Amino acid sequence: MSEFVAEVNDADWQQQVLSATEPVLVDFWAAWCGPCRNLAPTVDAVAEKFQGRAKVFKLNVDNNQDSTVKYGIRGIPTLLLFKGGQEVERFVGIPPNALDSISEMIEKHL
Amino acid sequence: MSTDFDVVIIGGGPTGLAAAVYTGRALLRTLVLEKAVPGGQIVYSAAIDNYPGFPDGISGYDFSQAFLKHAQRFGAQVRVGTGAMSIVREDEGRESGGNFRIGLSDGTFVTTRSVILAMGRSPRKLDVPGYEKLFGSGVSVCATCDGAFFRNVPVAVVGGGNSAVEEGSFLTRFASEVKSIHRRDHFTAQKILIEEYLHNPKVKPIWNTAVEEIYGEREVEGMRIRNLLTGATEDLDVKAVFVFIGWLPNSDLCQGLVDLDDQGRVKVNELMETNVPGLYAAGDLCVRPIYQLANVVADGVQAAVSVEKYLEKR
Repeated sequence: MSEFVAEVNDADWQQQVLSATEPVLVDFWAAWCGPCRNLAPTVDAVAEKFQGRAKVFKLNVDNNQDSTVKYGIRGIPTLLLFKGGQEVERFVGIPPNALDSISEMIEKHL
Repeated sequence: MSTDFDVVIIGGGPTGLAAAVYTGRALLRTLVLEKAVPGGQIVYSAAIDNYPGFPDGISGYDFSQAFLKHAQRFGAQVRVGTGAMSIVREDEGRESGGNFRIGLSDGTFVTTRSVILAMGRSPRKLDVPGYEKLFGSGVSVCATCDGAFFRNVPVAVVGGGNSAVEEGSFLTRFASEVKSIHRRDHFTAQKILIEEYLHNPKVKPIWNTAVEEIYGEREVEGMRIRNLLTGATEDLDVKAVFVFIGWLPNSDLCQGLVDLDDQGRVKVNELMETNVPGLYAAGDLCVRPIYQLANVVADGVQAAVSVEKYLEKR
């Protein structure tokens, strides 16, 4: 975990994600998902790039069933972007040109 | 004229990263562009059991990380998350070959004296209603990513080669049943994989069958299949459909640049040369007699050595 990406859990979802004023990117992952782990450095780079402008969290699907089920996560990695408590973007899998396309996705909602 | 790099390797899978080890050791200024994740398609493999040197197997993740570290050790700059969008030959028409200018997905450009194309292949999509709509909601091409979401429910696997059979076996750890749908009447995978698969009581092969439709409102609720011999259709109760029906070369970038075959694969000789001087290609992207990890790694090495020899003369 980098200094720019924190863990979010079912318990603090409301406060950290839904109540935020800036856009919030959540990376749904699991330790047994190789591609998720491989995507992590790119998510870290996105978080660093958008420090102060957007929040970036990781949610471990094994430990957080409520959020996983609530948002219909049935494939990982899944990236969800929230703005004003609403889901505004979703990508399942690894986006092509990941760093640049995830950046664009966030920039649209800044 | 000076360029930003001596070689730009497009693609950070096993092929590109193996090439980068060699170009790095040849003291060539090397950039590897990987638009998704290092390791490419191999990251989808839960366990690699046939790459010599790993008698206990190795996960796709660990393998990809080892290759990445190895390339970085010898100085290659590996940019992850940024891809190549365009390749332009400068000094076009010069017999000895000119430099190349590569446009990147972040809007910038880099110049280089040589290029190795190693963009690999991507999973072929199933061209049926419901595939795109339900992708990520039960439709998947990655058993190691998504298998765990489907515990104790029936799932379908579509395909008949190594991936289908191997990933199908993997899915039996979670699913109550694996309905294995294939157009032919036999699998074309490595025999040891077929044996393990068919001996598994959770596996139910459905031969001579194609997929007509995957349905569901917001997630997979079932699928319709059609027997290719009788024409009869049937609805299957499955909660997920894992598709392993082959690969398509990622050669969009190469259209009009190098010679491709009718399947879109780059034509190379045994030195990994394309028809363009200074432009090499290796791995899954190319016309090769075999597409196994050990072979594409070897291709990467050959391309790197060819680049080194080419640059020595300029």
